[in-house]
Amino acid sequence: MEDVIKYVADLVRDPFAYGRKLKADTGKKIVGYVCTYAPEEIMLAAGAHPLRLFGTTGTIERADAHLQSYCCSLVRGVLEEGLKGGTDFLDGMVFPHTCDSIQRLSDLWRMNIAQGFHVDAVLPVKLDTQSARQYMIDVLNRFRTDLERELDCSITDDNLHKAIRLMNEIRLLLRRIYELRSDQPGLMTGDSLYTIVKATMIMDRERVREVLQKIVEKMEAAKLSSEEGTGSQGSDFKSVPATKRLLMAGGICNQPQIHDMIEAAGGAVVWDDFCTGSRYFETLVSTDKDPITAIADRFIQRAVCPAKHAGLQNRAEDLIRMAHERKVQGVIFLYLKFCDPHAFDYPYLKAALDQEGIPSLLLEVEDPLPAEGQLQTRFEAFLEML
Amino acid sequence: MTESIEKTEKDKRKIKAVKKMKEIMTFYYIDAKTAAENNKKVAWITSGGPVEPLIAMDIIPVYPENHGAMIGASKMGVDLCEKAEAMGYASDLCSYARSDISCATVNGGPIGGLPKPDMLICCNNICGTVLKWYEIQARYFNVPLFIFDTPFCHTEYYEEMRRYVRSQVDEYIEFLEITTGRKLDTNRMEEVGRLSVSGQRMWQAVLDTTVNKPAPMSAFDAFFHLALIVTLRGTQTAVDYYQELLDEMNERVKDGIGAVPNERYRLLWDNLPIWYRTKWLSDKFAAHDACLVADTYTSAWCGALRYIDENDFLNSMAEGYSRIYLNIGVDEMARTVCDMVDKYDVDGLVIHSNRSCKPYSLGQYDIQRIVEEKKGIPSLMIEADMCDERMFSESQIETRIDAFIEMLKQRNSP
Repeated sequence: MEDVIKYVADLVRDPFAYGRKLKADTGKKIVGYVCTYAPEEIMLAAGAHPLRLFGTTGTIERADAHLQSYCCSLVRGVLEEGLKGGTDFLDGMVFPHTCDSIQRLSDLWRMNIAQGFHVDAVLPVKLDTQSARQYMIDVLNRFRTDLERELDCSITDDNLHKAIRLMNEIRLLLRRIYELRSDQPGLMTGDSLYTIVKATMIMDRERVREVLQKIVEKMEAAKLSSEEGTGSQGSDFKSVPATKRLLMAGGICNQPQIHDMIEAAGGAVVWDDFCTGSRYFETLVSTDKDPITAIADRFIQRAVCPAKHAGLQNRAEDLIRMAHERKVQGVIFLYLKFCDPHAFDYPYLKAALDQEGIPSLLLEVEDPLPAEGQLQTRFEAFLEML
Repeated sequence: MTESIEKTEKDKRKIKAVKKMKEIMTFYYIDAKTAAENNKKVAWITSGGPVEPLIAMDIIPVYPENHGAMIGASKMGVDLCEKAEAMGYASDLCSYARSDISCATVNGGPIGGLPKPDMLICCNNICGTVLKWYEIQARYFNVPLFIFDTPFCHTEYYEEMRRYVRSQVDEYIEFLEITTGRKLDTNRMEEVGRLSVSGQRMWQAVLDTTVNKPAPMSAFDAFFHLALIVTLRGTQTAVDYYQELLDEMNERVKDGIGAVPNERYRLLWDNLPIWYRTKWLSDKFAAHDACLVADTYTSAWCGALRYIDENDFLNSMAEGYSRIYLNIGVDEMARTVCDMVDKYDVDGLVIHSNRSCKPYSLGQYDIQRIVEEKKGIPSLMIEADMCDERMFSESQIETRIDAFIEMLKQRNSP
């Protein structure tokens, strides 16, 4: 198990090295994207490899000449990598329309970074009407044609169906990993879990399926042996001591150290409402209709990013439902500073949790994180209260 | 003696229409605040939203953003923003939204709060912030929300966008009919559409008078006179008012009366006004003989005129509302700014980097570079916020303005 975790951790540490190597080894076209509204199935059906960008771990040197201080570190980090050439192996970039900042990131990328093609998928913002659904289908059809043109290929329905099946399997496997860990948080550290989720968006998807399959098998075996009282001996899993169960909600989790801190304070994140988490794997694409319509319908039905609108209460309802289902004792909102859509939803989500008697903690973070002690103390205080 | 000459000088420069404007706006707000007593419905609507169907159905449109500007101008923004922060809203969020959200709960601000909405109309052609803001108000007031979704035009306006927005025009009207229990009178709608286009043309004509040297009005005047094209677009009142203002401006052009006594430098303003400091900034620039002759903000309410057909308003407004200044790519915005530099023959660009408005501000560095390169004019960037005074550093901005004017002076000296 540790081998697999180490493998994905190495890969997540340097996704661009992985992308370059994949391209060199397989000759696949590599297409970058920035959020989970990128239609990966269509990219896969084009024979391309979708690689998600998560910002930068390096220092910002060039992006500050294009973005003011009040732009989030994710957008700044993605632009930085593009400007300094870290992404120069990409054959193209896909920008699904979500928030105001990603919207401008697309413009700035198009205007300042010459390499590769540039495709905007201007998805609807509201998702709860018939005309919005039709528009979603139209946008994805245009996206299909755009990719065919840019990648000089033909995207067949057959390949779309194959890609849909592959992505559905990946989603189910991720979900299974989440469920196993929710049942027994000791099976895997939060750091490892989020490393796996990120790796899923970086690695060759066929390979992802194999790796996730292996992880599930190991976790199931470990779970069984612990249930049979043979203890976790022989298992590769690091064990986490008795824990308070937490749910984490926000945009992306780019800070795996946070999980170490939470776990050191006696907690474990057993479920999430993250773009790098459940929003990526929840809801499958239907396999019994026109593939583009099916992909559109998943975007319409899945849990939304707060930059999209599917109703006035749905985000709170989803959060409460997850909190009850996963029997969590508290919720941590982990927001990126300057992320407007999430920040606007916070008071309403917090009020909904308050009403249910579920305590919550808000953390606004930026890459890189502030001094460790500060966050550690906040986690400790919060967990003590639970 | 000198004092009285100065006074006459000042009087000469005062725009007479201001008084009328204040009357119209006062009447409008009284009408809106007493809507319930008069059996009228009130709709809150975003500043870039399609107001014409509301006018045609005799629904009173109320603009939280206009209210935000009033809050800012009366320097009540900080207090209301702080109240919103106490409610849990991050201080980095739009100061209009913060002010309005907290104001609704305390009925504060310069006019004791806006009249309660019967419905909310949110058009996201200006930003994604309004979506979140209107969701919050829809929950708070528990009234129906209509979202008019205008897909962002990075480089093009595609056929499927046209279809989507066009179908929403029908959905919008159906929403209004259901909410009010009344039918839209199509003749009246056509009339309102024509009036809207006339109003926009008239407003553009007013703004165009500043191509004259000296400019008869400044962007600071435009910030004030803008209120009607935002709030009463589609009414005869707006058309008549702008006709009057236009006549007055033409008169001033004929008499050679400028907004700034000795106009030497002509500048272009980018982004929303800094509402709590318009007077200070206006005086500051005027003291340097600099006039802000045009801006990208007030022209946004007539910038999409070319897409609108006054004789086919409902069909063409879909495109008009989708392709406004903020709903386009940064490169197209830069082109628009360059065109304005030429049209108004400006010597420099003043950019307000507005913390509250990401879609307007992110990309400004690139626009700045493009305009400097293509037009060979210098620019000044002011870091501030439209409504939250805590983000305004007077001494720093003053120094930067002085330095900028000094540079213009040197460039223009032979």
